[in-house]
Formats: sequence, structure tokens, C-alpha cells
Amino acid sequence: MTIVPICPAPVMQHETVQMAHGAGGRLSQTLMQRVFMPHLHNAFLDLLDDQAKLDLPPGRTAFSTDTYVVSPVFFPGGNIGELAVNGTVNDLAVGGAKPLYLSAGFVLEEGFSLAELEDIVKSMAEAARRAGVMIVTGDTKVVGKGQCDRIFINTSGIGIIREGVNLSCRNLKVSDSIILSGTVGDHGMAIMTSREGLSFQSRITSDCAALNGMISTILDEVPFAIHAMRDPTRGGVAATLNELASSSSVGIEIHETTIPVKPDVRGACELLGIDPLHVANEGKLVVAVAAGDAERVLEVMRALDLGRDAVIIGSVVDDHPGMVVMRTVYGSRRIIDLPLGEQLPRIC
Amino acid sequence: MLTPMKYIDEYRNPELARKLLNEIRRKAAHHWTIMEICGGQTHSIIRNGIDQLLPDTIELVHGPGCPVCVTPLESIERALAIAAREEVIFTSFGDMLRVPGNYRDLFMIRSAGGDVRIVFSPLDALQIARDNPAKEVVFFAVGFETTAPANAMAVWQAAREGIENFSVLVSQVMVPPAMRAILSSPGNRVQGFLAAGHVCAVMGYEEYEPVAREFQVPIVPTGFEPVELLAGILKTVELLEEGKAEVVNCYGRVVSRAGNPVAQETIHNVFEVTDRQWRGIGLIPGSGLGLRESYARFDAEKRFNVTNIFAEESPFCMSGSVLQGKLKPDGCPAFAKECTPQHPLGATMVSSEGACAAYYKYHLDTP
Amino acid sequence: MCLAIPGKLIELITENGLKMGIIDVNGSKTRACLEYVPDIKVGQYTIIHAGFALKIIDEDEAAESLKLWQELIDSGAFQPDEEPFSPESL
Repeated sequence: MTIVPICPAPVMQHETVQMAHGAGGRLSQTLMQRVFMPHLHNAFLDLLDDQAKLDLPPGRTAFSTDTYVVSPVFFPGGNIGELAVNGTVNDLAVGGAKPLYLSAGFVLEEGFSLAELEDIVKSMAEAARRAGVMIVTGDTKVVGKGQCDRIFINTSGIGIIREGVNLSCRNLKVSDSIILSGTVGDHGMAIMTSREGLSFQSRITSDCAALNGMISTILDEVPFAIHAMRDPTRGGVAATLNELASSSSVGIEIHETTIPVKPDVRGACELLGIDPLHVANEGKLVVAVAAGDAERVLEVMRALDLGRDAVIIGSVVDDHPGMVVMRTVYGSRRIIDLPLGEQLPRIC
Repeated sequence: MLTPMKYIDEYRNPELARKLLNEIRRKAAHHWTIMEICGGQTHSIIRNGIDQLLPDTIELVHGPGCPVCVTPLESIERALAIAAREEVIFTSFGDMLRVPGNYRDLFMIRSAGGDVRIVFSPLDALQIARDNPAKEVVFFAVGFETTAPANAMAVWQAAREGIENFSVLVSQVMVPPAMRAILSSPGNRVQGFLAAGHVCAVMGYEEYEPVAREFQVPIVPTGFEPVELLAGILKTVELLEEGKAEVVNCYGRVVSRAGNPVAQETIHNVFEVTDRQWRGIGLIPGSGLGLRESYARFDAEKRFNVTNIFAEESPFCMSGSVLQGKLKPDGCPAFAKECTPQHPLGATMVSSEGACAAYYKYHLDTP
Repeated sequence: MCLAIPGKLIELITENGLKMGIIDVNGSKTRACLEYVPDIKVGQYTIIHAGFALKIIDEDEAAESLKLWQELIDSGAFQPDEEPFSPESL
């Protein structure tokens, strides 16, 4: 009788991400097949080539990239995956482009839960489907425990710019109206109140959403009256307005009473001493439009789910170029500055 | 489009504000210099442009009401040294994270690998201590009398439960001694005070009566919303015009003469009055709180024995004069030049409650 | 100093032997220690600072002062504007 020694075969079934999952070998393939392919399959990804070969429709190409490192990875109203898809979709759309194709690069921390990873990938697939884009190429790397915070995602995207449309933060004109699509501070406060150490039991939900549908509808109606669009993310509406004012060398004046804030977001902001204008959003639009067309744009936006709370918050002025000023309800004025950094809760 | 928030929005009513302003205008027959000693009030005054709306006869000066601004440089350096230690989880209110010591702040300690965490309440810090028995959890107990009850309770609770890996770095200050120091200072121009509403909610306003009598100044416990601030200013003006050096409460829904006895008892149980350095002002006797001997084992200063602390203020910084109301922020030569919120020289520019930062942020004529 | 926000007590709980409560601030809920307001009842308003309720808001007192101001406005006791108050002049 021959005794055949049996070498213990490596474990192939894991519940968490292992270094080997990123090494390009059999475990990497297992990861692709178990976690990514069931949700992200399409004609391009299924080929498993190193690159996606695309036929782009005619027109100017818009190209954008962004990396997502949000913590916590799952938050009320969303997760890092759909944020990554919607964020890049939005960055393309605010330039007047129809987003078409996305890439997705993942950096995973050793020990990250595969079940959570799959939930994230599933969300990305769903977000991509809703936005009408395809994730056509991607990459995964694994780093040792402690070398990244669970998962980082980079998405890059390509879109085709609508003919004749010229949107730029340099294009603002004096007397333009500034429209805001809805309530501010939802995303940032959802994140902040779900972090530990802040005693909150809030159910504030992120407003994470793809804006390309709404933008497309607006541009169908008034393609040439829109001068600029931005989605106010980090730094809030304050940062976006400052960027617009500074790039176009114009002043912007907004009115305190017009800024829409959800009651629970407002409550949380008051409690923590945070200004909602400085808080991140992930599904809102700021539009600079020629004054005469503002009402029409407002009407179009309000007919849509994502724009039902749209409101004119102010206008472009030739005073104080580069600065954003708020008129208070009392008639006094104050500068709305770029926030310095992270929004910190205060007791003072 | 704000849905009304109870006990806040009624006090933001613009019509009421306008009427109160008119009344102030009507009643102020002379020039008066009024000071508030409360960072929250300073913030609200400047955010809502109250100082822009008041007639020229009323001058508001912003006193040392921001505990962040007045925390001595040595305390900040001590905090930084403790936070940098590997076994420490350093917890703090958000306000303190950007306050610079000699050349770094808590954010920098964090990016160098220190475990620095923001908490909303000292009880959250205590929970972190329970959750991390192998670590030393230190809480930066900064504040005026408003925060003293919270800080006291954390220590009291730690003692009760025997949470030995918890300690506090105390930097507590009190308003009445600061008021006395300002009023006694040569060249003082302050003629009346708005007293900090929430400090008074805890301590009551009885302790201001001897100050009012001795220095012959009206003192008016005041709230924070624009209507409340204007009502407090109006009352102060009325008292000044009538020559009455009295304490009159304008924040009746939370302030009573005796204050909150339960809170005061706990403060008294855990803390004792000490002398304290105020950044920019110097030593004010009996103006601080320190842990009593019975709680000394929770004192982070003793526990960590951090030595070799040296503190060197920028020679250009005039925070002290600003804090005492002797100088307006834009009267400082470094204001908006060498000293900006991005590169602050002193505490009044770092903290968003600091008079210099608030001025810079909110005043239109800042270059 | 003293950022303390009014909120409504909606639930009483005990944590680590301390009397605590769930406070509703305009729809956002936070936990606060109620040891300093031992007589507080569900439905009352209090001011919250650093996770602690510091004082029960005296609702009668609040209503009274607002009423007083409103009466003064209505009766014209606050003089009409002597100078036209125009925000544009700022």
C-alpha cells in the first residue's frame, strides 16, 4: 500500500479579505467571481481584458476622477460604493456631459468583511444602473491591516458634452440668479451624527444621488441660459459659492431666509454649533442661470423629485468681487467664507 | 424656509429685533461702552451683524468669553505632550483641536499618530475609557461655569465606578473674577456688562450683585439669539441712562437668582477655587477651578507629570488687549496681515469665538 | 462659551446609574444626562450643553416675556421709526 502524503490545501473559502486576494492569483480570481462579477457584469467587464475598448459617440469628451475614503463606510442613506458612482457621475454632469462609462479601483484593507464588500459592490451596480452608466473596467489591491481604513474607492468617468453647451465656473455674469436644488447639510450631518462619541441617535440620512437626470432635463429646457453648475460636496454650499465667485471674479449675495434645511439637520447643526452652509452634500445642485430664465429653471427642477425644494437663494453682483456675502434677516451682512477644514462640533 | 424651532426662532423675529433697535436708538442719549463676556454671545452678535445695526452711540466690546482663547499656552503644550503619548487616547471638545501651542496643535498630534478624538460630552470620554481598559483616556476639561457641571460629573462618575484609566486635564475658568480684573484694570472703558446667559443658568446671578455695587456698573444676564441680545443691550442702556448699577435678569426662562443648586453642589464637591492664568491677560486670582484633593488621582497633570513645558507667545500677538476690550481686532497691526485664521498668531484668531476670528470672518471691510 | 440648545425630553432612561434622557431637538435626537434637572418630566423643555441638561425652561416665563414684547409692539409703545431703517444703507 502506498501512503500518499496529503498536503493541506490552502483555504479557499474566506469571510474576510486576505492579502492573497490582491496578488493576482487564484484567490484574486475567486474574489472577482464571488463578489464582483455577479453584480457588475456587462459586455465590457465580462471580457476580463486589461482595458475596456470603447466606441465613443461624437462630441467633446469630459473626463473626471475622484477617490472616496469616507468613514463610516456604511452610513444612513448610503455607503461608500454608491457615493463613488454618484460622485463621478455628478462631476461629469455638471460640466454638461452625459456620463457614459466609469472605472472603479479598490484598495481593500486585509480583514475587511467580504459580505460588506459585496453589499458595497451591489450598491455600486444599482447606482450605475439608475444613473444609466456602465462600470467597464476596474482594479483591486489589498493592503495590510491598518494600512487603509477598510476600503478606499477611486472612480473615473467619461462622458460626452452636450453640443453647444458651455458650463464653467468662470462663466457667471452679474445679475445671474443662483438656484439651490434642495436642503443643505444632509450628507455631512448623517455622517457626523452616526460617528461615535457624539451621543446622537439621529436618523438623518445622506442625500447621496445621481444628478445627471435632473441636469439633462434642465439643459433640455434652457440649454444656453445656464452659465455654471456645481454639486456642493466637501465644504458645503459655502465652498461652492466661493469657488464660483472667485473663478468668475464676481460677487455673490445670498439671503439667509431662503436656505432650505431639514428640521432634524438644523437641530443637529444647532446642537453641535455647525453652520449648515459649511456641511457636505452629495445630491444637491447649485445653478447659476441668466436672471430672465431663473423662474423657468425653478419650475423644471421643482417638477422633479431631486429638485422639489429648489429655490433661488441669491444673485451675482458686481460688489465685492470674489466674495460671497449673506444678507441676514435683520438687514445686516456677513461674509460667507471658505470653511477652514473639517467641521468641528463646538461647545462655545 | 426654516421650520420654526421652539425657544429659538421666537427670538430671531426680525420685526421684534427692529423695534428693540429703535428703542435702543431712542433711549441712548449718551455714548456707552458695553462688554459681553461670552464666546457664544460674541459669535451671535457678529454672525447676525448686531454690532452693525446698533447706533454709533453704543459700542460693544468683546471680552474674554471664549474658554478656548483664554486657556494658557502652558496648558495647551501640556495637552499636546500628553496626547502624543502612545498609551493615551486624548479626548476633547472640538473647539480645542485647532488652538495652536508654540508651533503645533492637536490636529498635528493626530496626524503624527496620536489618538486624538472629538467628543460632544465628557460622558462620551468616560465611555471611551470603559471601552479601552488597556489605554489611558484623558479628557481636556475646558470651560466656563456652564461646562463645569458636565466636567465635574465625569470625574464624580469615574470615582464612583472606579474607572481608573480616566483622567482630566483641567482648564476651568470663572466669569466674575475676570469681570473684576477688567473693571480694576487701568484704562478700563467698560461701563456695563451683558452677563453670559448659560453661565448664569448654572451659577445664578447673585454673585454679580457685589460686583455691580462695588464698581457701579449695571450687569444684565442675557440670552444668545438676536432678540435676546438686543433686549439685554436695551436694558443695559436703560440702566446706564438712569444711573442704576443693578443686576437685572433678561434671560428669565433659564436664569434665576440662585441658579442650579444641584449643579453648584457637584461643582463644589469635585472642584475647588484656584488661581488661574488667562492667556493674554495673565494671572487672575481665584478665577479658576482645580480638582479637590479627594479627586486628585484623576488629575492628568499629576498622572502624567509632564515636565519641560515652555510656552512662548508671539511677540506680535495682542490678544490680551483685545480680550480686555482695550483694542478692537482691526486695531492690531498684525490683523489680517501676519495674523489670519489660516496662520493665527494667538488664540483670539484661532477659535471661531475669538473676537479676531469673528471680526475677520464677518466684517465686510476686511481686505 | 455656552452653546446650549433647547430641546424636548421625550424619554427617560438610566445609563451607568445616571438619570439620562432622550432629547428631541427639532427632530434630531440626542442623549443627555438629567442629573442636574432631577424634577424634569417628559414633555418639558430643557437646554442641553455638552450632553447635559442644565435647566428646565420656564415656559410660563418665556410666554410672558414674548407676550409683553408683542403687547408693547401692538400698543405702539415702541416708537415708530424715527429714521427710516433701510438695510441698503449698511
